Amino acid sequence: MSAIHVTTKINGDVVDYVCEADETLLDVLRNRLGLTGAKEGCSTGDCGACSVTIDGRLTCSCLVLGVEAEGCEIDTIEGMADGEALHPLQRKFLEHAALQCGICTPGILVAAKALLDTNPEPTETEVRFGLAGNLCRCTGYDKIVRAVMDAAQEMRRA
Amino acid sequence: MPLDSTPQDKRAFKVVGTRPLRPDGIDKVTGRAKFGADATAPGMLVGRILRSPHAHARIKKIDTAKAERLPGVKAIVTRADFPDHTNGDAALFDILYNIMAREKALYEGHAVAAVAAVDAHTAREALKLIKVDYEVLPHVTDVDEAMKPNAPVLHNTILTDGVEPKPRKPSNIVRRYEFGHGDVEAGFRRADIVVERTFKTEATHQGYIEPHACLANVGPDGQGELWVCTQGHFMVRDTCARLLGMDISKLRVTASEIGGGFGGKTTVFIEPVALALSRKANRPVKVVMSRDEVFKASGPTASTSIDVKIGVTKDGRITAADATLRYQGGAFAGSPVEFGAMSAFACYDLENVRAIGYDVVTNRPKQAAYRAPGAPMAAFAVESVIEELAHKVGMAGIDFRIKNAAHEGTKSSYGPTYGPIGLLPTLERAKQHPHFKAPLGPNQGRGMACGFWFNFGGQTCVSLNVNSDGTVALSVGTPDIGGSRASMCLMAAEELGIPYDKVRAIVADTSSLGYNDVTDGSRVTFATGMATIHAARDATRKLCARAAQIWGIPEEAVTWEKGHARPAGPNAGNFPPMSLAEVAAQAGATGGPIAGHYEYSADGAGVSFATHICDAEVDPETGATRIVRYTVLQDAGKAVHPSYVEGQFQGGAVQGIGWALNEEYIYGKDGRLQNAGFLDYRIPVCSDLPMIDTVILEIPNPGHPYGVRGVGETSIVPPLAAIANAVSAAAGVRLTSLPMSPPRILAALEQQNAKRIAAE
Repeated sequence: MSAIHVTTKINGDVVDYVCEADETLLDVLRNRLGLTGAKEGCSTGDCGACSVTIDGRLTCSCLVLGVEAEGCEIDTIEGMADGEALHPLQRKFLEHAALQCGICTPGILVAAKALLDTNPEPTETEVRFGLAGNLCRCTGYDKIVRAVMDAAQEMRRA
Repeated sequence: MPLDSTPQDKRAFKVVGTRPLRPDGIDKVTGRAKFGADATAPGMLVGRILRSPHAHARIKKIDTAKAERLPGVKAIVTRADFPDHTNGDAALFDILYNIMAREKALYEGHAVAAVAAVDAHTAREALKLIKVDYEVLPHVTDVDEAMKPNAPVLHNTILTDGVEPKPRKPSNIVRRYEFGHGDVEAGFRRADIVVERTFKTEATHQGYIEPHACLANVGPDGQGELWVCTQGHFMVRDTCARLLGMDISKLRVTASEIGGGFGGKTTVFIEPVALALSRKANRPVKVVMSRDEVFKASGPTASTSIDVKIGVTKDGRITAADATLRYQGGAFAGSPVEFGAMSAFACYDLENVRAIGYDVVTNRPKQAAYRAPGAPMAAFAVESVIEELAHKVGMAGIDFRIKNAAHEGTKSSYGPTYGPIGLLPTLERAKQHPHFKAPLGPNQGRGMACGFWFNFGGQTCVSLNVNSDGTVALSVGTPDIGGSRASMCLMAAEELGIPYDKVRAIVADTSSLGYNDVTDGSRVTFATGMATIHAARDATRKLCARAAQIWGIPEEAVTWEKGHARPAGPNAGNFPPMSLAEVAAQAGATGGPIAGHYEYSADGAGVSFATHICDAEVDPETGATRIVRYTVLQDAGKAVHPSYVEGQFQGGAVQGIGWALNEEYIYGKDGRLQNAGFLDYRIPVCSDLPMIDTVILEIPNPGHPYGVRGVGETSIVPPLAAIANAVSAAAGVRLTSLPMSPPRILAALEQQNAKRIAAE
């Protein structure tokens, strides 16, 4: 196979990479670009640990080919904090102890941000369905839901 | 371990019991935390494993010649590369056989060969070129089928232990266990009502989101390094070294951040294979399991078949309890039936009790521990019968349990007599909880159940280094699976009298610290915590000695109080107290670095009890169940970081909800797993659940200086039964098989309707 050249924007920066035609975006992020914040939990789009946004839309990066990202804007967990300042979701996850092992956390934060970007005032049910594509096996989701609702409230006040 | 002089329930803690941010938090919310699959090394190869497509097959020949010739392939290993170094250690030989099949493949997914190649694509192609000649054999995956006399036999070496006379014919029954006391038959004769039921539970998987992953690097000099996600890197080091004939000292293992384990990462699977590939290729090799491999070839829990018989008097006192438990634990000995039999009746104060367990092998992946291994299934069976009996004698389930509950002084069903335990407090608190009084809606039912877990101590070693600026570096050897570094920092800070954020805890590699048992048995906050406390006390003794030296007074004349060395009493002299930072700053001039150490085999892990309350709503048309409300009440001894204690309660309850309602290993007639993925093996998602309410009770464990009990495992023991009792109440029919998936509930409802029609 011959590699294909791709130009994207990742977390606001222009990024060029080459990848094979059958390589997933997740593999490109992790293995070629060193962005290991997105995790591979299943590679079938069932766990959400590899969540990123592509042109603002929440996506499992294991279900997208690296070559499909040509000309797209990709946001990953690595771009969520603004320098020293954590995103309110990141801060609230820590305050609420909304993670135990932390393997699902990057994907859940990306999904939660995508939810709040479109729905700044979600009900508990909306948060639960907004995060239903992201598996967490440690927490039972209780503290995650609380953290997201608390972050949403703080962001509305800001 | 004696109690502190201050009674625990009166002791005022300064930092223990608060809820500070965890020290690894920033890394975990920014994507910087490095888990098993996140490491790389120069010249790294990709390792892939070829697995048996058959449930049971003799491996006649493995031909790797074509694969070896594929450009980019750097090493291939098969059974020939794993000579037997186990010296008659049967358990170790089973591990060797499990990580790479020998004369037979014993389950679908059993490793048969492995390849290291320059990239994933080449490794995958190479696997396709390996030719394995199988002779397919009859297989068995069900526990009851495997116990039948005509069942296909997996190992001709298994002659059932624990029965007299010992059989001479091999079978799949590894061992019979028996626990109990009193005269069960006499007890049943005294009973007014006896209920006897049979239950079945399907195998489930721990379902950690991070697949097994490791990066191995071994040189021709026999020295090796391994980066791995595991619950116990010392266990990985010792096991791999023994399997591969390496010196333990030459293998250094570093535990990555670990993305969940729940017991499933307490053994080795890919690690010895990665090391063997690396040794052969003389290059670093990374092996990462796919989710399909995790389901098929790691260690799910047992499926079970359980009979329970309990007798009571008309006024609700249990006279006898008897159970027979049959657990299949996959292709090798060691199902958790022993723990199942020991824990089955542990919640009750019984005069006559017996539990018999059978450890059975089948053509399934070898089980690994799963959170309170063996106990949830036993509790499901026993607590279902308890609920039924309560109704039969006309008592509320909670009052019946209170009447028969084990308490301090009860001789437990598995032998020891209980010290102070928290079962009754959880029951009494449950009875007062608003959840118990809340009204139920249509098609809703309420259930409850109690649960028990032993908890564990184990080998533990901790080092605590005092830095020149008065901060403290704490090295522990138990991987942090859910916030334990925060708890260790809290306990060190409490003991040293310094702020929480002055202590930094790390999980040290195997060359930096003495042996530590794996993170299991709910042992870390208890055992590593106690070692941390003692290491801190060792450090404060040394800090006092340095202060004495500075002041020119005897060591005994200095005490450590509130973070300062102080002259002990008026005769010691009049010196202003010295802070930890002040003593540390002079360490170079007073004898060098100051460090505290502690190493021991921890004993005195206090047993743990919980009571769960569950409201379930069953849709009679679809058979689908929704959990409407759920409350966990559990004894934590002392909650060091209450947020993470609550998190353990909630996480265990939700894993139990999955086990009770959806999760199961589904095998086809061909012995192959039909649902090896998160789409078809459905673990609970956020929209399935309500909030999980928690109540922490603190009945101090006399075996720990702060009263700590492990909390991680007990929380998964009651849910299967609590939910079964709620669903049975909602559906109006007793459910005796897990999971209570819609088809099973519909079948039970139809069966009941048929019975009703026949009766009319």
